Amino acid sequence: MAILPFEKRIEELKEQIEVAKLKNDQPAVETLQKELKKEIEKTFSSLTPYQKLQLARHPDRPHSLDIINLIMEEKYELHGDRHFADDKAIVAFIGRIGGKEAVVIGEERGRDTKDKIKRNFGMPHPEGYRKALRIAKMAEKFKLPVLFLIDTAGAFPGIGAEERGQSEAIARNLFELSRLKVPTIAVVIGEGGSGGALALGVVDRFAMLKYSVFSVISPEGCAAILWGDNKKVESATKALKISAEELKKLGLIDDIIDEPKEGAHRDYQTTAQNIKNYFLQKLDELSALPLEQLLQQRFEKYLNYGEFKGK
Amino acid sequence: MGFTDFLKRFKKPQPKKQEPSSWIKCPACGAISFYKEVQKEFNTCPKCNYHFRIDAEERIKMLIDEGSFKEYDKELEPKDPLNFVDKKSYKKRIEEGYKKTGRKSAVISGEGRINGIPIQIVVFDFKFMGGSLGSVEGEKIVRAINRAIKKEQGLLIVSASGGARMQESTFSLLQMAKTASALASLAEHRLPYISLLTDPTYGGVSASFAFLGDIIIGEPGAMIGFAGPRVIKQTIGAELPEGFQRSEFLLKHGLIDMVVNRKELKKTISDLFAYLLKLPRNTPAHREGNSTDDSSPKG
Ligand SMILES: [Zn+2]
Repeated sequence: MAILPFEKRIEELKEQIEVAKLKNDQPAVETLQKELKKEIEKTFSSLTPYQKLQLARHPDRPHSLDIINLIMEEKYELHGDRHFADDKAIVAFIGRIGGKEAVVIGEERGRDTKDKIKRNFGMPHPEGYRKALRIAKMAEKFKLPVLFLIDTAGAFPGIGAEERGQSEAIARNLFELSRLKVPTIAVVIGEGGSGGALALGVVDRFAMLKYSVFSVISPEGCAAILWGDNKKVESATKALKISAEELKKLGLIDDIIDEPKEGAHRDYQTTAQNIKNYFLQKLDELSALPLEQLLQQRFEKYLNYGEFKGK
Repeated sequence: MGFTDFLKRFKKPQPKKQEPSSWIKCPACGAISFYKEVQKEFNTCPKCNYHFRIDAEERIKMLIDEGSFKEYDKELEPKDPLNFVDKKSYKKRIEEGYKKTGRKSAVISGEGRINGIPIQIVVFDFKFMGGSLGSVEGEKIVRAINRAIKKEQGLLIVSASGGARMQESTFSLLQMAKTASALASLAEHRLPYISLLTDPTYGGVSASFAFLGDIIIGEPGAMIGFAGPRVIKQTIGAELPEGFQRSEFLLKHGLIDMVVNRKELKKTISDLFAYLLKLPRNTPAHREGNSTDDSSPKG
């Protein structure tokens, strides 16, 4: 498991506890465990925006497929946009979550090197967004709710992506999802990179895992452009206000889904359970609304975003 | 998505207003022409048809019947909700943009007639913070859409933008969803939206309302795309093909309906609105401004 700089002390304590246990030194074990508890509390209650970004990008963080495997008790994978290809940066499943028929569409970064390349590191091409839309429209036809799992550095910037209309594909998703006639819920599970994330995120309820991020541009890109200095990533992260907590305070997301104490990468099971509970709870609330009201609420939510002076 | 990085690279000379007698050199073919002559040709190069960038006021003058334009929502100003400071503060950048353009927003929006047809129009001005999309710009677009619905008119948006405004971060990102939602409502009312893409149109603007037009028109040679060329080059580590991301390239790849010379834009757009709105040629609204020729509709 990869260890982040601010996790180092916690890891050291855990190792010392193992050693003390081997030595059968019970008093030492107890002292160290107390210290460990305090250290975890201290570290995770005072994370900086940059540390949260590191957690959001943690190599061991659960991906869409990990979550899907844990929340869907029955499932079949669906493929392709019916026009050009099956973009593997987007995964889609039909099946059941907690007994409810549902469709789940997620961005998948891939786990090992081969898988990452196959999935283009989770950066979709236009055919990926069109695959997502095709399957969302199918869900609409059969009145199935849709859960979107967002986890991408952004839509892929490449020649083919431009030739096939990356802009149009994202724009079309925003347009169509804004009035999709079924309850829709999105959860940012890791990185929510710009338009490439928003293309799966025009929904009735938009939530973020506690240590995920959602931003208009990567802090690296922002640092390079606005500061003219690649090393100003920490400053850019802070200025952009991209953490779940900051965005909730600004009123730009609906909910925060809690993570296990030391982050989602330490406990997939609990993370997935929290997402599942959130989905089922929100689905209950949204399903109770007449369709007209559901769509009107979604419409008004998006029309209200923005801060300006003057009437 | 605020791909303003390439803006510096693609900074192009604009004909200077204050020196009507001066010469101007075309950055495409190198020809030196009288500014007056360039201006007469709608700010294009008389030798090679290179289209100089023009600001929002000139664009409105060129497209909207004289004396018919009424601006709306001019009083909307950015709020700086994040107190954003990079090398400069956002507030300072707004002031600088104001000095350059006399406005605190990257768009002018309002109502006017195009060859007699009343429409709602939104025009981006690249000179104000690279035409970036912030809360004010998004709100102005939504209000123009609402007026179009109320008055049963068509909508024209002229884009010229580097993308989302980073200084408004997620507020700016969500303007993409906001404008797209409003356009979905316009579409439900079956009112036409024509999107004119000019140099440059990128990022959050191109990936939202700019590519949602019922008809999408590009100006010759305009750079249009999702990601900026430099970002793409860095990502793929290879050279970009000749003409990549220009209007003509997008036309070839089926992404826009037509590439139209600036001098033909007004007639083309007004004709298209007339077809989409089924306005008979003899209605007073259409006739009054369309006296220049009596050619029958094409197509
Ligand atoms: Zn020329």
